[in-house]
Amino acid sequence: MAKVLMKGNEAIGEAAIRAGCVHFFGYPITPQSEVPEYLAKRLPEVGGKFVQAESEVAASNMIYGAAGVGMRVLTTSSSPGISLMAEAMSYIAACELPVVVVNIMRGGPGLGGILPAQGDYLQATKGMGHGDFDLIVLAPSSVQEAVDLTIKAFELAEKYRNPVMVIGDGMIGQMMEPVSFPDVEIGPPLKPGDWALTGCVNRKPRIITSLYLDAMDLHNHNVHLKKKFAVITEHEQRHEAYNCDGEYDVLVTAFGMMARMCKTAIDTLAAEGIQVGLFRPISLKPFPYEACKNAMLKGKRVLDVEMNMGQMIEDVKLAGLGARQIDFFGRAGGVIPSVEEVMNEIRACHAKAKEKNP
Amino acid sequence: MANTEVLMAGFGGQGMLLSGKLLAYAAMYDGKEVSWLPSYGPEMRGGTANVTVVISDKPVGSPYIIEPSALLVMNGPSLEKFGARVKKGGLIVINTSLVAVACERTDVTVVYVDAGGLAVKAGAARAANIVMLGVYVGYSGIVSHDLAAKMIEKEFAEKAKFIPANLAAFEAGYSAGVESRKGGA
Repeated sequence: MAKVLMKGNEAIGEAAIRAGCVHFFGYPITPQSEVPEYLAKRLPEVGGKFVQAESEVAASNMIYGAAGVGMRVLTTSSSPGISLMAEAMSYIAACELPVVVVNIMRGGPGLGGILPAQGDYLQATKGMGHGDFDLIVLAPSSVQEAVDLTIKAFELAEKYRNPVMVIGDGMIGQMMEPVSFPDVEIGPPLKPGDWALTGCVNRKPRIITSLYLDAMDLHNHNVHLKKKFAVITEHEQRHEAYNCDGEYDVLVTAFGMMARMCKTAIDTLAAEGIQVGLFRPISLKPFPYEACKNAMLKGKRVLDVEMNMGQMIEDVKLAGLGARQIDFFGRAGGVIPSVEEVMNEIRACHAKAKEKNP
Repeated sequence: MANTEVLMAGFGGQGMLLSGKLLAYAAMYDGKEVSWLPSYGPEMRGGTANVTVVISDKPVGSPYIIEPSALLVMNGPSLEKFGARVKKGGLIVINTSLVAVACERTDVTVVYVDAGGLAVKAGAARAANIVMLGVYVGYSGIVSHDLAAKMIEKEFAEKAKFIPANLAAFEAGYSAGVESRKGGA
């Protein structure tokens, strides 16, 4: 299909429809309001349903209910709104329902600001709610990738019956880039399988609940969820290694839009004769530890760059297990690190790498 | 081709975001990689609004640009805010109908154009943003005249009565841009 120029937020909305999701529940919040705005117009055109809930708490429980009856569903929000959805996310994961949530992050903590940030990495990957559960978390770095990963998110959510989050910063929601979509107008509806509440005529009633009063039953359910995520971890790691084929002293680690801005810094430095590799996890969860480690070990020192105060760096450290020194550069609250600043940080890291390893 | 980064700035409502979109669309149809990144701060109508368009032969790395190669300003505050950031050897296009001061830089090319006046002559006072687009396309040749004009027709397809005046505004700006280039400005 021909390319069109679209805002990330609108492209995510269209991608959901192409994936066959025609049910949306949400609440507006900058910088993701164009998703509900776009879907409010588009969903009625394709026979879908758009509901603006009274709050994020309500929207997240609406997707819980809609997924429970076998509907493919989406909600989107931005940082403070996502926090309000934490309780429902835990319930949804406990009940093994396939939902997709998009978080277009803004500066925090608290009400914060409305400008781009990456401060919800740890929330998404380690602590989206109470209890033992994991989200699959995918981080695009272009509008096209936001489209592709949104479609992939529905596929993974249903394959594993697990909630999936697509996470980007305000920049990716607001910027326009050329994108192309799959030709299919609306994907096939979800197959409700043997779990959805579709009416129990001629069959035994089913129940969707996360209440287990028997401790052993609940323990076993936890073990089951953990085993499931082990399978996901084995099969669903995604990453990009940029400029990593040749030799380099410094490896930059970054995700989402920040990774792509680092590419400009890396290309510019290559012209100066400094070769730098970039490791970008695309699946933040499961984090590609092994691939990250391999990229780290090829170089002498690591620079982790994020639009926060240092969150993904914890996973980078876990990947390296102390094998390499890791420097950090970050800006938070909506301040976007400039390419020039990143280049200076890389130069400093490069100098240290040379000093220690002459 | 190196990256071309164009920062287009004015008051909210003056249409610089639209001018940027038309430029990005034209470059995209020309086979280039493009990105369009707006400021989306709390300011809206009456506040300042700007957009950065990056055009490249390679996939665009950072869409967030501190030092653009070209700056198109509709109003004084935008010149004040961004004038010093333009790369050495770059281009600044100034709308003299709203900017009373001259740009003091000597290491960039400055093109002065009465975008508001030309828009009125073209029959659409609100099309000063399209005049500015015309000046930039005429001066830089970044995309062809015809392709840019086609984007304007496409954009206003559902409000066809606005097409002639906007095309006239584009022509006026384009001619001014071509003239400035010839004049070695």
